Amino acid sequence: MAASSERSPPPFPDSEEPELLEDSDDGADAFTGTSISQMDSPKDIFSEPPEDISSDPLSNINSDPQKKVDAKIPSPSSDEADLFSEPLDDDSKVMSSPEVQNPLPDLLNEPVEAPKSGVLGEPPVHKSSSVKKAASAEMFGDDDDEEDLFKEPPKVVTKKPQPSGPAVDVFTEVKVKPPVPKPSASSSSSSRTNGVHSEEQDLFSEATVELSLDSPRNDRKKDAVKPSVSAPAAPEASSSSRAPSKTLEELEEEESEDKFDLNISVTNPEKVGDGMNAYMAYKVSTQTSLTMFRSKTFTVRRRFSDFLGLFEKLSEKHSQNGYIVPPAPEKSILGMTKVKVGKEDPSSAEFVERRRAALERYLQRVVSHPSLLQDPDVREFLEKEELPRAVSTQTLSGAGFLKMLNKATDAVSKMTIKMNEQDVWFDEKIQDVENEEQHLRKLHVMVESLVNHRKELSGNTALFAKSVAMLGSSEDNTALSRALSQLAEVEDRIEQLQQEQASNDFFTFSELLADYIRLLGAVRGCFDQRMKAWQRWQDAENMLQKKREAEAKLLWANKPDKLQQAKDEIAEWEAKVTQYEREFERISATVRKEVIRFDKEKARDFKRQIIKYLESVLHSQQQMIKYWEAFLPEAKAIA
Amino acid sequence: MEGSSAEAALSVSANSIRITDVTQDGDVLTFAIASQKLNSSAGVCVFRMYEDFDWLQQSLFSEENLPGLQGIIFPPLPSKALPSQSNTQTKALKQLGFLALGQDWQSYCKALEFYLQQVAAHPTLCKCKALDSFLINSESPGKQRGRKGIFNRLSQAVEEMRKESHKDVDNFFQNERNKNTNLAASSKVATEKLLDVVMTEQKLAVACGHFATSLHLCVNQDDAAAVAFSKVCLKLSDVIEAVKRNYEKVASNNLSTLGLGLDLESRYQESEKEMLFRRTCKLIELETVRKGTEKAKANKREVMEAFQKAVEKEFNLISSVAKQEIERFHSSRVKVLKTFLIGWCELQLNTAKEFAELYSQHLEACRNMYSE
Repeated sequence: MAASSERSPPPFPDSEEPELLEDSDDGADAFTGTSISQMDSPKDIFSEPPEDISSDPLSNINSDPQKKVDAKIPSPSSDEADLFSEPLDDDSKVMSSPEVQNPLPDLLNEPVEAPKSGVLGEPPVHKSSSVKKAASAEMFGDDDDEEDLFKEPPKVVTKKPQPSGPAVDVFTEVKVKPPVPKPSASSSSSSRTNGVHSEEQDLFSEATVELSLDSPRNDRKKDAVKPSVSAPAAPEASSSSRAPSKTLEELEEEESEDKFDLNISVTNPEKVGDGMNAYMAYKVSTQTSLTMFRSKTFTVRRRFSDFLGLFEKLSEKHSQNGYIVPPAPEKSILGMTKVKVGKEDPSSAEFVERRRAALERYLQRVVSHPSLLQDPDVREFLEKEELPRAVSTQTLSGAGFLKMLNKATDAVSKMTIKMNEQDVWFDEKIQDVENEEQHLRKLHVMVESLVNHRKELSGNTALFAKSVAMLGSSEDNTALSRALSQLAEVEDRIEQLQQEQASNDFFTFSELLADYIRLLGAVRGCFDQRMKAWQRWQDAENMLQKKREAEAKLLWANKPDKLQQAKDEIAEWEAKVTQYEREFERISATVRKEVIRFDKEKARDFKRQIIKYLESVLHSQQQMIKYWEAFLPEAKAIA
Repeated sequence: MEGSSAEAALSVSANSIRITDVTQDGDVLTFAIASQKLNSSAGVCVFRMYEDFDWLQQSLFSEENLPGLQGIIFPPLPSKALPSQSNTQTKALKQLGFLALGQDWQSYCKALEFYLQQVAAHPTLCKCKALDSFLINSESPGKQRGRKGIFNRLSQAVEEMRKESHKDVDNFFQNERNKNTNLAASSKVATEKLLDVVMTEQKLAVACGHFATSLHLCVNQDDAAAVAFSKVCLKLSDVIEAVKRNYEKVASNNLSTLGLGLDLESRYQESEKEMLFRRTCKLIELETVRKGTEKAKANKREVMEAFQKAVEKEFNLISSVAKQEIERFHSSRVKVLKTFLIGWCELQLNTAKEFAELYSQHLEACRNMYSE
């Protein structure tokens, strides 16, 4: 079996994940390009990977689909894996799962009967996987895939059972666990676990394969856990399967790898009202399959102060527990006044667009925070038709002044608290955070200057284009005149490109940096909260000490009547000390976890932005090539 | 103008004239000029300073025995470059425009080279002894001072301005004057605007450079997340460096082809303008003389008429030379612009392809690195 000899069987999920993680990076080169670009369309995964796989050399195929799926939808893949792992030894089990039964019967029977019908190469294997994907996809309502893929059953069939080893891992990677057949499938999988897995475990325990095992490891853990979990609606809503029976590690893994099926967009800024009472209303549309929401898609209208109100509420509730609450976009009196007054110029349009994008990013950050998402205020913000007007967000209100006062007192007390840091991690971290904020501010200034230069370049290019057009029209020689006016057009288009580049720079980097500078401020805030908690604890300790001294004095002075009260107070303060100490520990743990999550998010965010930037720069360059290629014959035609 | 003439033809081939080197000594630039002798494979190399170029131009202006000299469109000589330290870039830009940009006076040398080639290729001017001696004599001729010939700069006196708009007697020339006015203005503006574009491109490249270096500030090796973030920053720094090099290349392409071309075109239009102005002045002179002759009393009339005839002859000669010059100018400038436009387009196309490839590689690398 050429196939199996070429590809060492994949290890089982519970063994050797770390090494395989690194290997997988190497092996997936061919595909990662396409995979990342497809990040946004889960459904596409089901239709595209098979084609990709079939066109690729053997050695890559093993890791690629897994890698791809891994990058995109780990949990759906887990389900498919179940489906596919079943036929390995027990096709009938797959048959038994009702949904799977109809599409698959023929396919699944034959493979079992023709175990070694020659090496057809990887593609058929994966075709079957894609067939299965189609089958499972059917359950998710993706009928089209099914039909197309089923046209190729013969090829699929013969190859499928052959590389049983690789097949396991391919299919397990890629599987999407259907909700309904889960009980049977899972039970069969667990029975399979008992039977086959142990064998395979021996086979695979020493195997080294270029695989990304994030997903499979995750999936298999989920497999183990799933039987005890009632499945949520579509597996694509992987994030929604946060069943309470899952362990904390699994939850964290899911957070970091599952694709959130909660898409929020902020669109349609519309001016409501007139004069100084006017405001912009934004359409907030949510698309989700999370069960905690009442429906799958819903839209509400919100105004800027609503967003600020949400931030206020979240901040009040959570920041004292050490959570990093994403800050809301900043107010801008100048910008809003222009809009209110009704100035219809590009700068106010730019302001509105900038704010809309900022509000969208703000909401996306809020919902991607697992704890904040659970907050009923967030749900209410997204779902409720009418929200009460958030008055406390106005700068010049009573609440506004109160806030300013609080901020001032906080700043002063921060200066006076000298914390006795037990855990050096926090000291180092806060230093890092402060340094990073400085660096990001510097970078932000650079990017702003870059954006300005680009705008200037675009302006100058437009002027040049005009002057060339004039030159062309004064020109007698027709060919030269035509070439010059063509040139003017080329320059005009280049100017368009440059404008796009300027806004690309702006939104990709300038706003990103600005967001993170504010986020780092929030991070510093949660460190401050921890300090406050420590202070509370210390104060309670001091109070307890005083009470004990008071008690001792009373004992010595022999006043039994006051003694009981003193003892009561001591008990009270002892309880408080314990409580505050526990709170402090809790906050410290939360802060630590939050900062780790924040760092990961930050690296991910920046990575995403670089790729986005490169894509746009590349696109511009390719457009330029087209323009120059179109112009060259015109220049050559001058006589 | 071909055939036997008192002046000897140029002894070197016009196309082979090159300025191969330039050295700067304080305020003074010295140019090394190489050319190929026509009747042998020997090459000649001489060293000249700007004063020598100026001397050449003045000699051409004051060439004797060239009928209708005033009708010639003289190849324009670039202004003198003042490379002293006190000369800031803005001053240099004002004075020389595009020729002030570029590394080591490359553009300036190119412009001087064009000048020499055009003089050598001019059917009449190539015969001037001054050119030959300029190109061949090891002694620099700049020490000799020729007399100032025909004026070659339009002064801004109001009187001159009035003369410039004097109506012509010949439609051909009136049209040409109108066209020239438009073209001279448009090409000057186009040159200035392109210069602005190139300056901004250079500023953009510098800003990219700053951004790229600042990204190195964010490198922090404390823990795994910091390392990951640092890698991202360094990658971004590489990308921005590439963007910077891209803009530098684009700016230099603009400079070395279209910039030079538009600059040359603009100066040549000015030169044609001067020629047309000289002819107009002659026309005004002629008309004045005619009026005078008409009004003249009988005793002076014959003298006046003789004088008038002489002026008429001069004017007609100038006009006929001018006509030929204009036609030659039109066809050659189209060719020159075509060459510059094609060269520019090809350079920019290559640069765009080169950088598209580079960006594509970066993108691929990023996607591989970041496929988590």
